[in-house]
Amino acid sequence: MFYRLAGIRHTSYRSARRLFPVPFDRWLLLAVLALAVVAPFFLSKLHLNSYLLPWVIWATAALGLNLLMGFAGQIHLGYAAVMAIGAYTAIHAVRAGVPFELGLIAGGLVSSVIGLVFGAAALRVKGLYLAVTTLAMQSIVDWIIVHVPVISGGSQATLQAPAIRVLGQPVLSDEGRYWIALVVCVLVTSFLLNTRRTSFGRALVAVREKDFAAAIIGVSPFRYKLLAFWCSSFIGGVAGAVLAFCYYQAVTPEQFHLEVSIQAVAMVIVGGLGSVLGSFFGAGLVLLAPIFLNNLVGWIAATLSLPVGPEVLSHIPLVLYGGLIVGFLLFEPLGLAKIYDNLRNYFYVWPFRHARH
Amino acid sequence: MDTIYELAELSANGALVGLMYSLVALGIVLVFKSSGVANLAQGALAMLGGYLAWAALVSLGAPVWAGIPLVVLLMFFAGRAVERMALRRMIGQPVIMVIMLTLGIEILLRGLAPAIFGSVKKRLDIGIDNAPVILGPVLIDRAYLVSGVVSLALIGLALLFFGTRQGIMLRAVSDDQTASWAVGIRVERAIGISWGLAGIAAGAAGILWGSIQGVDWTLSLLLIKALAVAILGGLDSIVGVLVAGLVLGILENVAPVYLERFGIAGTRDVVASLVILLTVIIRPYGLFGREDIERV
Repeated sequence: MFYRLAGIRHTSYRSARRLFPVPFDRWLLLAVLALAVVAPFFLSKLHLNSYLLPWVIWATAALGLNLLMGFAGQIHLGYAAVMAIGAYTAIHAVRAGVPFELGLIAGGLVSSVIGLVFGAAALRVKGLYLAVTTLAMQSIVDWIIVHVPVISGGSQATLQAPAIRVLGQPVLSDEGRYWIALVVCVLVTSFLLNTRRTSFGRALVAVREKDFAAAIIGVSPFRYKLLAFWCSSFIGGVAGAVLAFCYYQAVTPEQFHLEVSIQAVAMVIVGGLGSVLGSFFGAGLVLLAPIFLNNLVGWIAATLSLPVGPEVLSHIPLVLYGGLIVGFLLFEPLGLAKIYDNLRNYFYVWPFRHARH
Repeated sequence: MDTIYELAELSANGALVGLMYSLVALGIVLVFKSSGVANLAQGALAMLGGYLAWAALVSLGAPVWAGIPLVVLLMFFAGRAVERMALRRMIGQPVIMVIMLTLGIEILLRGLAPAIFGSVKKRLDIGIDNAPVILGPVLIDRAYLVSGVVSLALIGLALLFFGTRQGIMLRAVSDDQTASWAVGIRVERAIGISWGLAGIAAGAAGILWGSIQGVDWTLSLLLIKALAVAILGGLDSIVGVLVAGLVLGILENVAPVYLERFGIAGTRDVVASLVILLTVIIRPYGLFGREDIERV
């Protein structure tokens, strides 16, 4: 019924391996994209700025992390540090007079170079060692940012983001900032969607499945792991810069703590490792669920007049991230993307459940 | 002469704190040895131990001699529960999934415990005198001394445990799971026991450290120090844990004091991370680990 397959006959490998073999998917994506573009016209300022904008930016970041964790199978617990490097580089660059667009790219490049240094150290080992090394990277980068006044603008200081100018035009409105984030998000999404169809993406998957098997068929695991670290850190740096410029409009060390890294990891796992769509679902659930749950608990407490202190409310996000990670790993390791996939498979042949697709 | 005494004082106190890090790291090493799983929930287990001790001693008003053994026993079952309910379902899954699961448990506990018990820092008094111990010109913190001795005793007990029947089974499992299965050792049970012991180690460390710095969520930050100790010690060696704990404790207490004289302040928090990074770069198998860690 939906996702209809009637009349779709692939007669060449080229057409069978297109990005969207089912036209419905393409139209659905275009419709969602069109909705996202015109969203500022029908959403209130509050919804745009505090729900949709962070969702778009965090989905970008989750896509970058998913490239590393889902595609290449490398664990990274210091992603917030990568984003922090990008944010600080971009803000310092733009303050020094570099155009905004180049500042974003500079942020990505510096992140990817530093990320690569840590990745190279970590890639001599794997599994637990990689997790622990990236954890160490997070705390070292945190420490350097706080303790080097040239970077942070003094201890505990906030560095204001300078005004954004795109192609010489100043961008001052909320809508403008949202569209910048959306453009970056669309670019990253199309990169990741297509990565799966390139030799690069297939090499990453080969390395993830078994690195020495990949080496035997001529895919250098070391090289592709480094490339994955490079790409992922680049995307993370750009996402961090966009987060600082478009959402916070300032940057402080607290925005990129270990908790934020964990949040990013939660997005990838909840969404689904290795799924582009899943990164969007995961970012949405991880960002929005604490807000809704907080409101829900507050409402229940108010209606039943239960004494729920602010202490309980302030710990809900952490409990939720942990609970979501544990729950999804135990019960649906492929994440929300798999749940969507199940629904989609159901609707392939609905209402004829006996038909095979 | 003063500088030597100062160095001795810093080293002695640091070494005692380091022994406590060893105790937390012991849980990581036990679990890694028996099942090859990275236990990133160890920090939160230590925090849970601190909170339970506070609940038993202060909220319920239990005496110290009854409360602490009770909490340690509870922590044994907490560790086993983690293994039974979460880790056992993950057997055969990729390493990345298992690491993420233990991290998820860490985060869950880190949020849950303060939400239940309250997040204000709590004083936990287990009856240790505040007056320092004076050894000639060297002052040693009495709480550190007690904690260090207790930690050393528990690590010694762990070493002795490996000589018992149960401990030999654990060693067999850590050597080869399939072969242990073939000779009739219940591998799941052995892994469960190693998690229980990890819970005991974490609980004891949480009580000791909580009595020194107060009980709140920051107890779970012991995870980074414990990981540094475990990695430096080589991940599968209990002697390594002991030595690495002493090294980290002394480094962490001595290095910041001397670095501060060169104008680099506040390095204490970053010592553990640097130790991890340098170990992984220079000698990934640690001081006492086997050299067969898989490399790329």
